[in-house]
Order: sequence, then C-alpha cells, then structure tokens
Amino acid sequence: MLRFIFGRLAVLIPTFIGVSIIAFSFIRLLPGDPVMLMSGERVMSPERHAQIMTDLGLDRPIYIQYFDYLVNLLHGDFGSSIVTKRAVLTDFMQLFPATIELSLCAIILAVALGVPAGVLAAVKRGTWLDQTLMGTALVGYSMPIFWWGLLLVIFFSGYLGWTPVSGRISLMYFFPQVTGFMLIDSLISGQAGAFKSAVTYLILPTIVLATIPLAVIARQTRSAMLEVLGEDYVRTARSKGLSPFRVIGVHALRNALIPVITTIGLQVGVLLAGAILTETIFSWPGIGKWMVDSVFKRDYQVVQGGLMLIAAVIMIVNLIVDVLYGFINPRIRH
Amino acid sequence: MKKLSTLLAATAIATLMAGSAWSKTLVYCSEASPEGFDPGLYTGGQTFDASSRTVYNRLVEFKHGGTELEPGLAESWEVSADGTEYTFKLRPGVKFQTTEYFTPTRELNADDVIFSFERQYKADNPWNKYVAGASWEYFAGMGFPDLIQSITKVDDLTVKFKLKQAEAPFLANLGMDFASIMSKEYADKLAADGKMELLNQQPLGTGPFTFVAYQTDAAIRYKANPDYWAGKEKIDDLVFAITTDAAIRAQKLKAGECHIMAYPNAADVAELKKDENLTILEQEGLNVSYLAYNTLVAPFDKAEVRKALNMAVNKQAIVDAVFQGAATVAKNPIPPTMWSYNDKIEDDKYDPAAAKKMLEDAGVKDLKMKIWAMPVARPYMLNARRAAELMQADLAAIGVTVEIVSYEWAEYLKLSSAKDRDGAAILGWTGDNGDPDNFLDTLLGCDAVGGNNRAQWCNKEFDDLMTKAKATADVAERTKFYEEAQVIFKKEAPWNTIDHSLVFVPMNKKVTGFVMDPLGIHRFNGVDIAE
Repeated sequence: MLRFIFGRLAVLIPTFIGVSIIAFSFIRLLPGDPVMLMSGERVMSPERHAQIMTDLGLDRPIYIQYFDYLVNLLHGDFGSSIVTKRAVLTDFMQLFPATIELSLCAIILAVALGVPAGVLAAVKRGTWLDQTLMGTALVGYSMPIFWWGLLLVIFFSGYLGWTPVSGRISLMYFFPQVTGFMLIDSLISGQAGAFKSAVTYLILPTIVLATIPLAVIARQTRSAMLEVLGEDYVRTARSKGLSPFRVIGVHALRNALIPVITTIGLQVGVLLAGAILTETIFSWPGIGKWMVDSVFKRDYQVVQGGLMLIAAVIMIVNLIVDVLYGFINPRIRH
Repeated sequence: MKKLSTLLAATAIATLMAGSAWSKTLVYCSEASPEGFDPGLYTGGQTFDASSRTVYNRLVEFKHGGTELEPGLAESWEVSADGTEYTFKLRPGVKFQTTEYFTPTRELNADDVIFSFERQYKADNPWNKYVAGASWEYFAGMGFPDLIQSITKVDDLTVKFKLKQAEAPFLANLGMDFASIMSKEYADKLAADGKMELLNQQPLGTGPFTFVAYQTDAAIRYKANPDYWAGKEKIDDLVFAITTDAAIRAQKLKAGECHIMAYPNAADVAELKKDENLTILEQEGLNVSYLAYNTLVAPFDKAEVRKALNMAVNKQAIVDAVFQGAATVAKNPIPPTMWSYNDKIEDDKYDPAAAKKMLEDAGVKDLKMKIWAMPVARPYMLNARRAAELMQADLAAIGVTVEIVSYEWAEYLKLSSAKDRDGAAILGWTGDNGDPDNFLDTLLGCDAVGGNNRAQWCNKEFDDLMTKAKATADVAERTKFYEEAQVIFKKEAPWNTIDHSLVFVPMNKKVTGFVMDPLGIHRFNGVDIAE
C-alpha cells in the first residue's frame, strides 16, 4: 500500500511543474498588462509605464521571471498581489476556508441526494420514477449556474423572504475568524443565533453549487447500479433469499460505488469551477471570486499563485481518492 | 406565505433593535472590494468610498453634493498674486482617531500635511516605496511631480505649497482622494515597529468614521468617530457589505439587508422604483462619452467631414437603446452639472440628407471607416458595441461604410491613443475634481495628443484658452475662457459627443441626509436612519 501511495506521489512532481508553467504563462498570454489597467482611461506616459514595470520586475526576460518565481515558490513565497499589495498566501488562507465550507456542504448534499436518487432510478428502471429522476438530473446538469442562482434568490429571498440574499452571515454578528469556517466560528463565538444565521446563509449557495454534481452523481450511480444489478452474484444473493434492501444496499451498491467515488473526486474540479460563479452571485468571500477579479485586473501574482494553490488542492484530493479507491478495491493496488 | 415572511422580517428587525452591538447601523451595499486603504496608491472609486471619504479628510473638501470647494482640515488659505504660492492655515484642535491599534498623542499639525504629500513624490522618502510596486497614480496623473516645488512648514498650523508655475485647478486637486491627510505619528510608529504595510490595511485619519475591521471581500466595518472635528455622526456604525453583482445588490436592498446600494443595473431601476419602501436618487453623472475621430488622418482632418458624420448619427436613438433613457444626449465635452457649461451652444442637428450633401461638398465619396467599440461597460457607456452598430446603420444611410473593431480593454486603451490610429474610437471620461480643466485640457489639449487626446486634435486657439484659464484663479474669468473653448470645440467637431449618463442611488426610505455626489463618491457623513 505504501509503495502504491509513493508511486502516486511521484507522479505529482512533474504535474506540479507542468501546472506552474501553465499558471505562469497563461495569464501573461492575455493581452494588456496590470500597469496599463491601473490608470484606466487616463493615459500613462510610456516612461512612467516602463518605470512601474521595472519596479514590479515585469520588464525582465520571461524565463528569468519564471525561475525567480519557481525559486520563491520552493521557499513557500507566493508573492504579493500587484493590486492590493497583500501577500497571495495570506489572502488565499483567509478566503479558502469559505470556498471549502461551501464546496463541502455542496458535495455532501450532492452525494446525500444523488446516490439514493441514482439507486432508486436503477431499481425502478424504466418506470415514471426513473424517468422523472433522470429528467430532473438532466435539467439540473444543463442549468446555467448564474441564472439558476439568481432565480432562487429572487424567489426564495425576494418573493418568499425565507432565506437571506447574499453573504456568509448576518452583518449583526461580528466575531474574530478563528478557523475561517463560519459554521465552526459562529459556534465558538458563543453569540446567540450566530450559528443559525450562518446556516441560513449557506442554504441557497449550497443548492446552487450542488446542482451539477448532484445530477452527475445521480446519473453515474444509476448506470453503475444497472451494471451491477445484472451481475451473477447479485442474482445469487437474491436467490439466497436475502432481503431486497440487503441485496441492493450491501451487495450491489458497494461495488457500484467504485466508479461513483471516482466521479465524486472529479467533481472537486467542477465544484471549484462552479464556485467562481456561485461565489459571485452570493457575494461569498471565497477564492473563486478572488481569482476572477484578479484575471480582470491582470494581477499576475494572484492568478498564478491562486492557480498553483488550487491545483495543489485538486492533486491532493485526487491522491486521496486514488488511495481510497485502493482500499475499496484491492486489485487496483497492483 | 406573506404573513410568514412579514413575521420573519419583524423578528429580524426586533432582534436587530435588541442587540446593543447593533445600535444605529447603516449598511451600504458596495460594488467591489477596496484595493487597499491608502487612497494615494489607488484609482478605484470603491477604494475611495472605503478610505478617503470615511476615514480621512483633506485640506479642502468638495461641498456635499457639489464640486465647489469648502474648508476641510485647512480653515483658510491664501494664494500669492502670481498664483504660485498657496498658504494653508490648519484647523486647530483636530484629533486623529483612536483605534484598537493606535492611540494618538498629538493633534493634527503641519508635519502630517507634509508627510502626506512628500511620500508621494520624494524618491528618498522611506514611504515612497513602502509596499512593493507602490505607484502614486493620481498624484502623477494630476501632474503634481512636475508642479510642486516645495512644501514647507511655516509654523505648527501653517503650511506653504510652492508651485513651479501658476495652476488654477491646484486647489480642486487638493480636494481629491489622493490628497488625504494621514497621521505622521502613526506612520512613524509603524515604521519603528517594522510594519509599514499596515498603513494600507489599518487606516487612521481625522475623518467621520473610524476603521474597525475589513473582512476580505465580505465587509468593511466602521464606527462613528467620537472625536470628529465636525461633530459625531448620527449613526453609530457603518458597514459596507461588498456585493459585486448589481442584480443581487438590488435584491439585498429590497430584502432590507442594506439601506443604500451603489450602481444599480439600468434595467433594474424601473423595478426598484415600484418598491414602496425605497426611494431612488438620480443625478447626471460628471461624465461624457464620445466618438473621437483621428484628426491627423484624412479625410477626418477636415472639420466639415467630421461635422457631416456627426449630423448623420441619431444620438437620441443611441441613448434610448443603450441606456433605456438613463442618460442625456451630450452636446458639449463637459457635463451640464459642471460650472462653465455653455448651454447656448446648439448641437449638430440630426439630418442625414444635409450630412450627405456636406460630405459630397467636401469631396468625400464612398468613405470607408472603422469605429472602435470598447469591450467593457463603463458608467458613461454601457454597451459600446450596440452604440457602434447604431452609428454603423446611420452612417450607411449616407453612404459611409463602417467596420466595427474592438480589442481587449487594456489593449484598447493603449492602441486608441496612437497618433496613427485607423478609425474613430468610442471612449469617455469621468471627472476627477469638478474642474472644467480636467475635461477640456486633459482630453483635448495639445499636450495630450498621443495620450488622453484620442482625437489627436491640437487647435492653437483652443489651447491658448486653456493656458489662460489655468493662469488665473478668478472663476468668472475662467468661465469665460471655457465657454469660448466650447464654441471652438463645436465648430471644429473633433468628437461626436454622445451622452452624459445618469447615476442612480437607490435607498431605503428610512435613510435621511444622504446626498448624491456628482463626483460619484458615496459619502456617509450627515446620514441618519429614521426610527
């Protein structure tokens, strides 16, 4: 098992270097530079432009900039934002918990609803229930997140007044950020009603962000279940007279879950991509919104640093999924 | 359903009232995160709202809701006869804010003023590069490095600015955000502690609100400054709820999650107007959008050709289509809210037949031209492509073939300045300080050719008027020069002036005392919430 884990870890190194090259060059390929955008409509003289580019070290040959960047990265220095002048890592650490909190809630919701829906659709294959569930999943999968989010806000927050519109917690609560996870911090704060407020603010963004993964998981579970349900060992289990619940829940589902877990792991990337839009709609102070703003401002340091950190997180999650996979299915290890 | 939501709302309000920490709090839904809290380093309006207009003051201030100047931290000032020396008498007894991170031991004095400016241009000042890549954009943009000869302390409460030449807009420039006065004592303490970067994260000034905390990308919190020299504010706390999406800001305002919102979508205004709990302030923005011909390239070097093209475009149709009425057609390069606006000028009449004839008379046939459309929405032009398409159709009617081109924003800004630019470019401007010089000379002066002067238009008569207007501080005299300059502008038509857009501030009816600002600033001093 240890060898398997080390093997997986070794693959990460070239991937990490590859990502650093892409992260570094991607933002620089876009036309325009951050200094030009600083002054907006007011034209900056070429001399001043050149001076600021020099101050920021952006006038050096690109490969020197890259190697400098790489050396700094190895020292754990992700640089400072060109715009806000704050350290990229500090901002990331402050904003990332918000994204994780939202993503975790979304994936839990997606799994909690998606797996049972998929199982149900597979068991009731071809019935109206199957068609309804899969039809809904298809609609969910095709829904443009921005539109869907706005629709929910207008209906639930605007019309019914059940949920707050946007933010992480009511502004009347103010306490220091200890873990960065609002649900935990609000509990620690001891302020009455804070936790409840944090939960209500999580509802709509969680639903919006969970929609696509939920649809994917439901469809994947259904097809995996259908395959497994036709296997001999399931028929054997049934003929032994086991209860349908035991046959489906233990014999079939456990095996059907292998591809589903892979799918869930892959959804992490989808979640982070979805987080960009979800965070923008719900003014959720996470890294998605932060990255988008930075791309528009050509804040090279934030974009490349942010991409590296996000890539690192996705790689680690994929590694964990691989290891889990190895646990569930010992054949994979060899 | 309705009952339930009313009940919930009532409970929420009751909870708000009960919490002592939630005394009289004004929540403002702002449009973006501040870039930082040192206004000298930045150019974004959201940054100024969050720093210079809340935490800081300047020597002179723009009158609430206007562009006229009034005393700020300077009680009075004198200008030497030749217009090169400005002596400011500081207001005595002005206290800096006391915060959790710093307790001031002295009141405002001349050292603070000198520190606030010198850090922006003296390369040997340790604060000149106190954060990586610090650049003092507005200080440079307003030409201060070449203008200021020296700033000296006459006594504790008297400061003298010596200029290299007379510059009438200088005083108005001192009312701008970058000229905010910082505490030298606080800065010295930060330097001694080796924490200089905190000046940009934990601001401390003399303004109406004391900074409490910034929760990155989420909210900024302030409390009323109890020592404010103009008296403590009526509200106890001020919170900026950062909400980047305009549609969501509107929803938050409707749901009562904020009292005032910034920049609604033009399409949402009608809906907000219907809400009986809300009121919407509106005002013509201090802006202009224009189509700049390249007057260095034939046939646009001829005024009659430019004039003919102007007459072929139905500007009202553009305003209707792009702004849904939330703008007015522009006839002058400066907005009507600005002093010296020449209302006697008549706009080029929309008359395709006459335009066609004029073009023929000028010997121009089968003209093919490019129109540059900006790729982004700006307050003065929400959809440049749509505007360009309408111009394209109008010009086709007089036999001119238009090709619409666009570039990425930073690239657009750069390329549109080039002297050999092929085509007419749509762009615009939002005023910085309410001075006509900030539009007329900045955008149309000979010095700005190849830069802000996108028409590359250099007219000696016009330029002379700009120079004369700069050399005198007499507003009546300056008005005459600027009015005359607008007549020349109209005759020469380097631009087709498109529109001045309206700015809206929707807010809860309970809010009193909020005044719209022509400079696009959101100021919260003097604001109250009715019980």
